[in-house]
Parts: sequence; C-alpha cells; structure tokens
Amino acid sequence: MISFEPTEEQQMLIGAVRRFADKEIRPVYRDFEEEGEIPHSFAQKGWELGLTAAGIPEEYEGFAEERSVVTGALYAEELAWGDLAIAMHLLAPGLFAYPVLLCGTTEQKESYLPHFCEDEFKSATAALIEPTIRFDPAALKTTAVLDGDEYVLNGNKMYVPLAATADLILVYAAEDGATQGFLVKGGTQGLEVGDREKHMGIKALATYELSLNNCRIPRAGKLGGESGCDLGQLMTLSRIATSAMAVGVARASYEYALAYAKEREAFGEPIASRQAVAFMLADMAVDIDAARLMVWEAAWRVDQGKDAAKEAYLAKMFADEVVLRVTDGGVQVLGGYGYIREFPVELWLRNGRGFAAFDGLAMV
Amino acid sequence: MIDFELPDQIKQQYAMFRQVAQASMRPISRDLDENEHEKPWDFINQMWPVIQMQEGHELKRAEKKAAAIAAAEKPAKPRKKRPSTATLLMAHMIEAMSWGDAGIYLCIPGGQLGGEAIKAVGTIEQKRRFLKRFTEGEPKWAAMAITEPCCGSDTANIQATARLDEETNEWVLNGEKIFVTSGLMATQESDGFVVVWASVDRSARRAGIKSFVVEAGTPGMKVTKTEEKLGIRASDTVSLLFEECRIPYDNILGNPEVKKEGTTKGFKGVMKTFDASRPLVAASAMGIARATIEFVKEMLEKDGVEIRYGLPRHQLTGLERDVMEMEAQYKAAWLLTLRAVSMLDERRPNAIESSMCKAKAGMAVTLITQKAVEILGPLGYSRKCLVEKWMRDAKINDLFEGTGQINTLIVARRILGFSRRELK
Repeated sequence: MISFEPTEEQQMLIGAVRRFADKEIRPVYRDFEEEGEIPHSFAQKGWELGLTAAGIPEEYEGFAEERSVVTGALYAEELAWGDLAIAMHLLAPGLFAYPVLLCGTTEQKESYLPHFCEDEFKSATAALIEPTIRFDPAALKTTAVLDGDEYVLNGNKMYVPLAATADLILVYAAEDGATQGFLVKGGTQGLEVGDREKHMGIKALATYELSLNNCRIPRAGKLGGESGCDLGQLMTLSRIATSAMAVGVARASYEYALAYAKEREAFGEPIASRQAVAFMLADMAVDIDAARLMVWEAAWRVDQGKDAAKEAYLAKMFADEVVLRVTDGGVQVLGGYGYIREFPVELWLRNGRGFAAFDGLAMV
Repeated sequence: MIDFELPDQIKQQYAMFRQVAQASMRPISRDLDENEHEKPWDFINQMWPVIQMQEGHELKRAEKKAAAIAAAEKPAKPRKKRPSTATLLMAHMIEAMSWGDAGIYLCIPGGQLGGEAIKAVGTIEQKRRFLKRFTEGEPKWAAMAITEPCCGSDTANIQATARLDEETNEWVLNGEKIFVTSGLMATQESDGFVVVWASVDRSARRAGIKSFVVEAGTPGMKVTKTEEKLGIRASDTVSLLFEECRIPYDNILGNPEVKKEGTTKGFKGVMKTFDASRPLVAASAMGIARATIEFVKEMLEKDGVEIRYGLPRHQLTGLERDVMEMEAQYKAAWLLTLRAVSMLDERRPNAIESSMCKAKAGMAVTLITQKAVEILGPLGYSRKCLVEKWMRDAKINDLFEGTGQINTLIVARRILGFSRRELK
C-alpha cells in the first residue's frame, strides 16, 4: 500500500540523527571545514549513533533485525543536512562494511563485520575513483592479477576517505576487465597513501590519493571469493546514499535561504515578499521533495529485492542537478552575503557542486 | 512504512484501464483532434457503466457515513480502519485514460470536477439530489464554472452574483462564465449540472464567494460560445451566460453565511476543492508524459538507439541525456502526485503537496512533450504521429485548475507562512 510515512523506529532514528546534526554538527562544522580536520573525538561521538552497525545483522553482532536501505537513505539525508564532510567521514566505514555484507563470503563477513559493531570508531574505507576526467567504475585502470595464491594490485586511486588512518581498505580493480573488490589491510606493502587531497568543498573530510605498486594480498581477499562482487548493485547503493546526501545539503541551503528571505528587508518589506525571490524558494521546495521521493523509491525497491538500478541512476541524476540549483539559489537569495564565508551558503554551494564527482563515496 | 506498492486491486483496474485506453481511445485519437466538437459516443457509452458503478459505490459510502453520524449519539468508536484508496484509484484511472487521449478522457461522463466539489463540501441531501443521476439512466456530465472574462487566477475578483430572493427562497444568478470544461455536455447535452462560483456579497470580496449547483435546463442559463482550442479538442470548453437564473435555496454548497470582511474561511472552503482536483489534473498530465516517453523510446529502439542507464555521464550521448532528463522529470512529478493523492485518501491536509504536484506536473509534461517533438524531428512535427498532438494537449495542464504560476505562488506562500498581502 502506497505510503510516505517512515515507520516509528525510523522516525526515532531520524529524530536522533537530526538532533545530532543540529546540536553537535552544526556548532562545529564550519571550524572543521576551515581547519580541514574532523577530530577523532568527534567521529567517535558520531559513531556512537550506531548507524553503521544498524545496517549489519545480529548474526554479525550488529543490530539490524532487517537491513533497510530506506532507513539508510533517511539518516544519510539528516547527517548531510548537518554537514556533508562529517557525514561522509562517519559513513566511510560503511564503504567497506556494506560491500562485505552484501557480496562477501561467509568467512569474510565473519572476520570483518563484527569489527564495525564495536564501540570504537572503525576506520575503514574504499578506493574506487581514479584520477582521470573520464572515470568509469566499470572500466577501471587499476588492475588485479592473480599470481599463485596472491592477487597483485597496480594502479592509482583518488578520493579515498580516511586512507591515512584506515585499517581496512576495499580497493576496486579490474580483473580481466571486470571490476572486483579487494580487501586490503592498511600498511600492506605496495599500498602507498599519497598526499592529502585539496578539494573545492568537503574540506574537513580527509581524502587521499592512493597508489598500488605490486601490492600483494592473499587470494582469499577478493570480495565475494571466486564469484566476485556485483558492481551494479554496489553502485546502486552508492547512488542512493549520495543522492540522499544531496537532498540533505539542498535542504540545508533552502531552509537557511527561506529564513533569511523572511528577515531581510528591502524597499520596506521582506525580500521574500517579491515573487522573484519567493518563486525561487518554492521551486527549491518542490525539487527537494521530488528528489527525496525518487531516492526513497529507489531505496524501497532495493529493500523489496526489486531491480533498482535505473531508479537509483535517475534519482542521482536528478538530485545532482537539484542540489546544485538549490545551493546556487541559496547563495543568490543571500546576495552579497551569500559570498561571504561568515554565512554558510557558500559552503553548501561548494559541497553541492561535488556530487557529480562523488560516485562511490558513500554507501548505505 | 514508506511503500510504493500499489494495492493488487488497483493494479488490476489500472491494467484494465490501460487496455481500454489502448483499444478504445488511441484508434480515434487523431480523428477527434482533426474534427473538433465531435464526441466519442462509442467510448462514452462504453465508459458509462463503469462510471455508474464507481459513483454508486461512492454514494453508498456517503450514505453509510451519514447514517453512522446520524445514529451515533456518542462519537463513533475509534476503530482502526484502513485508509481509503478511492483517490489513488481515480488518479490511476485518469493517468491511464490520459495516456490514451487526454481530450477524450475529459469526455468521460460522471461528476468530474463538479461532482468533486459536491463530494468535498456537499451535505448528504445534496449528494443524493445531485450525484444519484450518475448511477442511472443515460450518460450525464457535470462541470465547474469559475473563470470569467475578467478573471481567472484572481478568483476573489469574481463578478458573477447570486442574490437571494427571500419571497421565493431562490438564488438568482447573474453573470458570465468562460472556459467551462464539458459545459456543453453538462448543461445542454445531458441532464447534468454545473457548479458555479458567484458572489452573494461583492463588498465582502473573498468571503462573499459561494458555489451553487445549477442543473441542466434551468431557465436563464445558456451556452453562448464553444471555444476552438490548441489541444484537448475532443473536450468541449464553453461560455455560459446567467441571466436572472433562478435555483432553489438548497443548491448552495457549504455555509451560506457571509463571514465578516477580512475573514476568508468560507472562501478557503471553496478553495479546498482544488486540493482534491489538482492532483488529478497532475495525474492526467502524467498520462500524457508517459505516453510520450514510451513512444519516443519505442521509436528510438526501432531505429537501433538504446538508452543506456548506469553509464558515467561523459559516455552518454546528448540524446540519452535528453531522454533520461524526460524520465527523471516524469518520475519526480509522478511521485509528488502520488504523495498528494495518498494524503487525500488519508484525509490529511494536502494544500501544499497538491499545488506542488500540479506545478511540477504541468511544467514536466510541457517540457517532456516539447522535447519529444524535437527529438523525433520531422516525425515529431508531423500529424502522422500523435506526439505533436500530445504536446498541444499537454499544455492545458499548466493552465487549468490554476496555472503553474498560481500553484507556485501557493507553494511559496505556504512555505513562507505568508498571507496574500505579504506575498502578492
């Protein structure tokens, strides 16, 4: 039966994440952005929300009675509303954990998943994106070649969150032309974490270049063993997560602009009393709601075991455009102030622009 | 729980409506576009029994509810009941029919918008008097007359008047209405009725505006013009003139009392019918949009062009981007529509969601159909295919039941919490 109401449990979870975003993230995110750093103690506080473990079933010591991608989309939006860099930092461990959960062998699940259900922030991540303007997750330049009982990985990656501190990195590489995942422990010989990257936005998120020079891992470290992984399904989950985040960022900017437009006066009345401004805000509201519903539908399809590839792809395409248009509108509504870093909307525009590049940078 | 699954019953009925659209609407679609003012009688007669059944169900439900209210001295036991799915079904029917042909869909007999107004605010006696006709006899229509030559979106400025003749206890209507959809069928070609907006006190502005039911054949009401249009040509759009047109006192919908100037409660009641009708207009728009997207993809496929989802964007062709953009806009508008519809079924206030989906759907279908004509090039522009017709049909959805701009304005006022004065 068609319904647009989250369950009670979901509402409780959203409530908790929203409070965290409002009370914990919002007071500090600008400082983190300027400092280019999310302190470990803060990540630990966020970890205690238990979001990653909420997606891991009880048999692996998580507390998901039933894993739900809809739930993931709901909290991803709330976290990203707080701050995108912090959201990506907190969800980075999921980039490793969820592919293992979805595609891993029993042995892989048993040996890795319980770590993500412990009290300490588990620094883990994935390396998918490569330094090329024509990046294609289905045609990676990084290679994996089987040599005896070991895989040998070679290639270059970028946008690897938390790479410098990660204990576990899921490296995607092409084996005979097909993209596969490889579970690499931090510090493995041949795995070289490069420079901390500098981006237009998400400055608080520590992302790195990564190079693999004859990096050898045991044969058993191939995600999913002999049968490998389903890249399409993983991309679908990533698209759902990043689209949900795009909605969160867009909503942040929209809400701020809305409040500002009601306060700021020009010609003796609030600027929101002019249709030129009011209509921008109305269009933002409509598109944000539409993007959210598209994300929900794709997520719901995954939960139902239906194919969601096309829905997730279109949702991302739509959300990518919405977040850019909305965050640009946010700056526009604030006028000159929108350009000043004392106000948050310029940060949201910088973050909003990134979504087209954020393939595989979050997962729920 | 967030859920996008249609109930099985609606799925089945939707499939049936889609068959009807394919078998009975598409074959006559072009003819009725080329021969404006002709009516699809075979189709009308085919649909009439279905409408009779639906209207019968709804009337029975209304009776039951009225009886329950009358019988209960104490408030009815709060029992958990499943939300209705009537609007959801209606939206799917309209979507399927509009996929067939949006103009012919508007020729379907029954209450349509006029009926919705009575269902929304009418008393049980009024429902009996006015809606029973849709459950028996020959096909009948109802229409809604709001717009006047001087005002469309600015409904508060309505000039038509209703004067109470206290001696005869009748309302006397005077004024001119234009753009009345199915007005000819409702007032001249069948024993239907038209719901007319008129002011009982022009000095009270909004608060003075009430709606009245005028039955076909009432002396003093006449059709003065049948419009020729850009699209939806199978559907008649007429002007109605009211000259000392007398109707019984009980034909007023809602509270006859005029609240003092400055309050708008009565007017808001009248506007409420839009909350119910706008998502249905959006559903019609979505039917045209789906027809267009399906046709474009089919034509491309025949030509060996496949739309490749999931690729990195740099690998997409411009054509693929266009088609995907059409699909994304379609999906966005359709999901907003479903949300507004399901809120109606859950009896939750949906004014903002209703205007949101209408604004989005009107815009989306306009863009989708115009892009389709472009993509299909010479064939898109040719009257050999229906795409050019769909583009003409589509445009009405961004105009009637509130233009896109009016709906955007409503959304803007709502999100800002601004009155009409604060945001003009």
